[in-house]
Parts: sequence; C-alpha cells; structure tokens
Amino acid sequence: MGLLSSSVSINRYYVEGKIEEPVLEVIKKGLIKYLFKETEDTPADKSVGWTSFNNHFRPDFEGSSFVLCDFFIFSLRIDKKSLSSKIIKKFLYFETLKRLTESGRSYLSSNEKTMVKEHVLSILLLRVPATPNIYDVVWNYENSIVSFFSNNKSANEEFETLFQKSFKNHLIKIFPYSEADILSGLSDKERDALSLLSLTKFME
Amino acid sequence: MLDASISYYRYAFLGCEFLTWVWFLISTSSINNILKKGDSLEIGKKIVLERKVNDSIEKITIKGKDADLEEGMVSLKKGAVVKEINLLYRSGEKEWFFTITGENLNLSNIKTPDVGFIETKNDVEGIAIEKIYLFNVICFLIDDLYKNFIKIRVSNKWKPVVSDIREWIKT
Repeated sequence: MGLLSSSVSINRYYVEGKIEEPVLEVIKKGLIKYLFKETEDTPADKSVGWTSFNNHFRPDFEGSSFVLCDFFIFSLRIDKKSLSSKIIKKFLYFETLKRLTESGRSYLSSNEKTMVKEHVLSILLLRVPATPNIYDVVWNYENSIVSFFSNNKSANEEFETLFQKSFKNHLIKIFPYSEADILSGLSDKERDALSLLSLTKFME
Repeated sequence: MLDASISYYRYAFLGCEFLTWVWFLISTSSINNILKKGDSLEIGKKIVLERKVNDSIEKITIKGKDADLEEGMVSLKKGAVVKEINLLYRSGEKEWFFTITGENLNLSNIKTPDVGFIETKNDVEGIAIEKIYLFNVICFLIDDLYKNFIKIRVSNKWKPVVSDIREWIKT
C-alpha cells in the first residue's frame, strides 16, 4: 500500500541520533548503496532494496530527487519469487530419476538429495518472475520521524534492517511506551513514574 | 530508554487504556476540551474489545456505521479494554477515518479527505505533499491526545479519572 492509495496504513519510527553532514549526500549514498537490484536473471528467491518513490522500476537518486519539501521520500521494494511445493516435488522427482538412471544406483545419499534439491530450486527460480511489493517511506528529518506505509510485519522488519544498514541510524518503533518516552515531552520525574506504571482495572 | 522488545510487551496495556480513555472522552463530550474549537472526534465503523477469561481471551467486535455500542459497554462492565478503534475526525468540512490499535499504536485504514486527481506525471509531487500533510493531521492528533493521556496517567490525576470512567461504564 502506498502513500497515494485511497486507504493506507502507517507505522511510525523515531530515528535515533542525527545523520552526519552533509546530510543530503549521506542519505543519497545510503540509498544508492542499497539500491534495488532485479532478480530475474539470478536464482535468488528474494531481493530487497531502495527505489524511487515516483519510479519504482527505474530508481534514480541523482541530484535531490528524493527530497520533497521538508521530507525525504523514497520506497522500499521487496521482490519475491514463489514456487508451489507441488511444482518443486514434480521437478525433484524427475531430477532424482535422471541421476539414478545415470549412475545406475537405486538410491541417493542425503548429500546428493540436498544437492538435487538446490539444483532444482535454482533452475526453477530462474524461470519464475518475481512479484514486486512497494512500500513508501516518508522521512521528516527535522522531527526525526519516519513513516513507513505498511503494517506488514515482515516488510517492517526488512525496512528496519535496511534503514540501519543504509544510514547507520537505529530506528525506534513508535508504540505505547516509546510514544510516551520520546514524543510526549515528559519530565524526568514523569518518566520515572512511567516506568513504574501497571495495568489499571477499570472494572473488577 | 528501556529495551524496545521488553517495553513493547511490558507497557502494551497503556495503548488499550488510552483507547478506552478516548472512548470515554468522546462519549462524555470531554474530548472537546482537547480538540481545536469546531473540530470533532467520533467513534467510526469499528471497535474491538478484549478481556481475559481464565486462560482464554474473549473478543467482542462491533462493526458498522452508527452501530449500537451497548454490547461494548457490557463488555467494559465485564472488565474488557479497547484493543482497536476506528475513529472519525472532522476539521472544518474535512473528514478522516482511521483505525488505531492499542497494543502498538499502529494506524491503518486511513482515509483522508479527497485530494486532486493525478493527470500527468508532474501532478504526483503535489498530490504526495497534500497526502503527507493530511496523514500528518492524524499523526499530530494522536500524538496530542496521547500526550494528554500520558501526562494524566503518570500523575495523581489518573485516580479520579479512573473513578469517572468507572461511573461512565456503570451508567
């Protein structure tokens, strides 16, 4: 789900620390270093990387193309190839049969079975097109808040990992405790009280 | 700050208490003391409540526009808390629908007021800025409400608020 969809989900993060100067250059380098790479010609089952918000299939981070007003805006692209277990089973059967015929034996060792499976998967993954998933990212550098436009758990995990690798800054997800601790302007005394809170029972 | 993986679960109850408090404020019109003059916040199309019954979880979901919330009140009487709520925020002639989940404060099903159509590639940036602004309205609203809540929650003002919420649930 993207920023421009009619109905969206948002997961917000607080960026711990500041990016070193020159900020624009550092962010551009991070985006380019982990730019999305197509997987169609490789046996990889998944590819994750940054892409342009306004051109998901031909990313370009030259100049300040990822800057929009006060925000950095780009997208996370996760392409996945999926294979049905039935297809794998069928190709595994024929490949095993071929090896047994060639060797004249009646069984394959455990190592050989693993190798056959890896071989079958790599051949099949070369044939299967990857399904692209795009998740938009809006980074308000001034208030250190990043909005990730999806609540999908695995997409959020990929995002957190790639963000940290790209920009060397840790993300703190905004949830009840962190919202109170980071965004609510509590005094030290109030923060101490926060850490001691326990569940309220509205009705016994 | 405490380790996120610990504080996430340890304090997840705060989010549910927050949503229960928001429902109480809406129901008693006290929400108007927090919102900007002329703005309004209403229960939208869905509310999910949950309570522990021995070792199992009882979940009540009320769906539909103008749904009767009586079942929800009965559930609160039995000790449930609000896990998820869909809200309708009005500011001027603009309307936002969104769902907020207590455990993690995730925002979903956000529907903003209409923005212009994208007719050419050049329109994308303008529409994106407008959408970001409209999403931020909801994020700032939640931040503001939560700030009000947590300031009360960590102070001795919480006790009388709990009494008021109990009275509201009973009536």
